[in-house]
Amino acid sequence: METGTATALPAAPTRVRQPISEGSEWTFELIEAYDREIARVAAHYGLDTYPNQIEIISSEQMIDAYSSVGMPVGYHHWSYGKHFLSTQKSYQRGQMGLAYEIVINSSPCLAYLMEENTMTMQALVIAHAAYGHNSFFKGNYLFRTWTDAEGILDYLVFARNFIAECEQRHGEDAVEELLDSCHALMSLGVDRYKRPARLSMAKEQVRQAEREAYLQSQVNDLWRTLPARQEDAQARQAARFPAEPQENLLYFIEKHAPRLEPWQREIVRIVRKIAQYFYPQRQTQVMNEGWATFWHYTLLNHLYEEGRLTDGFMMEFLQSHTNVVYQPPYHARFYNGLNPYALGFAMFTDLRRICEAPTEEDHRWFPELAGSDWVKSLDFAMRNFKDESFIAQYLSPKLIRDFKLFAMVDDDRDDKLEVAAIHDDAGYRAVRRQLAEHYNLGNREPNIQVYAVDIFGDRSLTLRHTMHDRRPLGDSTPEMLRHVARLWGYPVRIESVDEDGIVLPVGECTPAA
Amino acid sequence: MSQLVDRRLSGKNRSAVNRQRFLRRFKTQIRKAAAEAVSGRKVADLERGEKISIPSKDLSEPIFHHGAGGRRNIVLPGNREFVSGDRVDRPEGGAGGGGSGGSPDGEGMDDFVFELSKEEFMEYFFQDLALPDLVKKQLAAVPEVKKARAGFVSQGNPSNLHVVRSMKQAIGRRLAMAAAPRDALREAEEALADLEARGLGASAEADALREDIAALRARIAAVPFLDTWDLRYAHRVDQPTPSSQAVMFCLLDVSGSMDEDRKNIAKRFFMLLYLFLTKNYERIDVVFIRHHTVAREVEEEEFFSSRESGGTVVSSALELMHEIILARYPSANWNIYAAQASDGDNWDDDSPRCRELLMQKILPLVQHFAYVEIEAEEPQSLWHHYAQVKAMSPRFAMQRILTLEDIYPVFRELFQKKAA
Repeated sequence: METGTATALPAAPTRVRQPISEGSEWTFELIEAYDREIARVAAHYGLDTYPNQIEIISSEQMIDAYSSVGMPVGYHHWSYGKHFLSTQKSYQRGQMGLAYEIVINSSPCLAYLMEENTMTMQALVIAHAAYGHNSFFKGNYLFRTWTDAEGILDYLVFARNFIAECEQRHGEDAVEELLDSCHALMSLGVDRYKRPARLSMAKEQVRQAEREAYLQSQVNDLWRTLPARQEDAQARQAARFPAEPQENLLYFIEKHAPRLEPWQREIVRIVRKIAQYFYPQRQTQVMNEGWATFWHYTLLNHLYEEGRLTDGFMMEFLQSHTNVVYQPPYHARFYNGLNPYALGFAMFTDLRRICEAPTEEDHRWFPELAGSDWVKSLDFAMRNFKDESFIAQYLSPKLIRDFKLFAMVDDDRDDKLEVAAIHDDAGYRAVRRQLAEHYNLGNREPNIQVYAVDIFGDRSLTLRHTMHDRRPLGDSTPEMLRHVARLWGYPVRIESVDEDGIVLPVGECTPAA
Repeated sequence: MSQLVDRRLSGKNRSAVNRQRFLRRFKTQIRKAAAEAVSGRKVADLERGEKISIPSKDLSEPIFHHGAGGRRNIVLPGNREFVSGDRVDRPEGGAGGGGSGGSPDGEGMDDFVFELSKEEFMEYFFQDLALPDLVKKQLAAVPEVKKARAGFVSQGNPSNLHVVRSMKQAIGRRLAMAAAPRDALREAEEALADLEARGLGASAEADALREDIAALRARIAAVPFLDTWDLRYAHRVDQPTPSSQAVMFCLLDVSGSMDEDRKNIAKRFFMLLYLFLTKNYERIDVVFIRHHTVAREVEEEEFFSSRESGGTVVSSALELMHEIILARYPSANWNIYAAQASDGDNWDDDSPRCRELLMQKILPLVQHFAYVEIEAEEPQSLWHHYAQVKAMSPRFAMQRILTLEDIYPVFRELFQKKAA
């Protein structure tokens, strides 16, 4: 500070610029200073976060973190090695810059900073990950109900140790085969409606031991060999197992697969739990990234207005921010779907605009939002929606115009594509509905449920695929059936039901002896 | 307040195990790709790893997904010319995004390509193998070292005690430790002499001085002649010596009966041997000897290229090899390996001579001698005589190769790990 010198200027009428730092080199002190400032502004906007743990890592470590799909502690599997190799390759060839940040939904919330980055980038990542994503993890209803930030690190440690132990006891090959099959079915291993129980290492270990002892003895109706009494014969024709279709295939396998050993059930369970942990992230891509991007933009601009950041800082920041939120049009050669950063950022920015400076159109479309307190409204939106509902609720006509969104219908009964709706008065609602549908995981992935087990016959398992818009299953189905059969241990069938309720068999697989 | 942690030093190879798992799982594919890569290389071309490519379909991680067909709705950004109700042709190559048919990795249909390091690459060839009879040098990656002088140190083994150095050190120390009392002694003696000169030699003052002088003399005498501090030891460090050097003799029959195919097989065989040796030796010389009725040492290009006509006298090559060993590769310093490839044709009365040469002159000098007979319909005369050699010497191995695919198994058999 220069206050002690004789030439100190009298207080200027405009705000004096007192930037936190000038150069582009970072130091630990500077990171702490930036973090303090960003935390202050974040608190000013009422962002509620888990405590942060910011870790400085090298680019190799970033590739490591990358390839373990964001799990700070992971069990070993070749597929992670494959991710590692392909990430490493494209990084070395310079095809891909590494992501600036990885953030882990845990408490404390882990955010990684790469040592190669400039001070500006570090500050950007802190604002984006440690305050943006972090507050989303803590606030959003899906994360609140489906994941347990305090327990996850413990659980991952438990999982890794357990799987390592199984490898020792049963051989790497046996474990690898099992994991392959479980990974393949991961997306069918989530509860979409039930609320999961809380995890913690100690509890999990006790319960695992209990399960192991108890479960095998209970393996269910499938093994019942006592001769049935006469009167049961009638009832058993009607009896169905499971009584209702089951959506969580891995859960069903864990509980009911006749031939799995206890340790195998436990591994199925681990994969299922991890799938469940990531499920909210898959449902909130646009919101999560949009929210984090919106807040790094807002927080850093706030600091700039306070005079705490230099112009050079802002130039560098804006350049990378603009890259992140760029949306190429569909006809561009490098178009690769809608950019969740771009859409999410635009939507949150637009929400703020609707609150602060509503137009006549906004008053018509969002009467309860227009003119309300934007901080509160955004917070509400962040907490109570997922991508699908968020878009259905908040995508404004202005954004549809800005993005020039239009909806196409691709029907195999029609030799041409049809433009169903565009960004005009007649089309807004249709475009919005279609886009929201696009983010509905239930539509993106085939709806496959456990339909029946032939408990009195060959113990075969029947899966039922309920068709949506007449879309058939893809060509991976035979291979997938092999995975299911490997876990189930008896023949597995899959059938599709079309919209008229007609059942068509699709495939069948008998496990290798 | 956030916690700031510096993790940079906490190990970067967290994915090493997963990488190994990956290599293990796709062992067969990688081994195949590695074997293919060999054909494009020269015998001694090893100073690099290899780019391995595996068809990505082999390592896909499948999930249930929708196939083509049915009705799908797509929302796209950046509309230019469309209005509702427009009908357009399907673009080539599927719908423009939005579908869920693509692989989850974003990897295309291309091959999955990655780098094997040089070491890994070779590992794939030599997994189950060991060098035969490694009598001379234990090659298990323990480099040969020799001791080299590296100055003096104050700690060491008594046998390395350096007397002259230690005494020099002692002189210096004695001088330094005695310097202060010596100065005091001189002053005291001068003062005493002064007193005595003034006739005060019997005064109390003089007595005190005499006492001081005696004490100082005792102090000087008490400075140890040699102290443990003084000891200096000659320092010797281990310096790696490139002693693990090997020479590999490639003996090739280029007589009229050896056609391109056979030479190709021979080349692969030599390459494999070379690869195998590089894994164990830091420095390798390769000597190429080609022969028909006479033998000649040649460069690699010539070795494989041209073809002569006429008969075969195998012993000529063995003799040349023996001469070269004596002239250039004394067997005390070199590990000598030889690989001979031939179609087995030889002049009948030459074969016994080959046996003699091998038994008496060559085998005592070499680590290993491998003979492969390529595409011979039935064992030729040379084979029978060599079979006798094989019965006598464990350093000799022989095999027959019929097609290109046979090389690798044959090679493995030649160098099979000897049961312990």
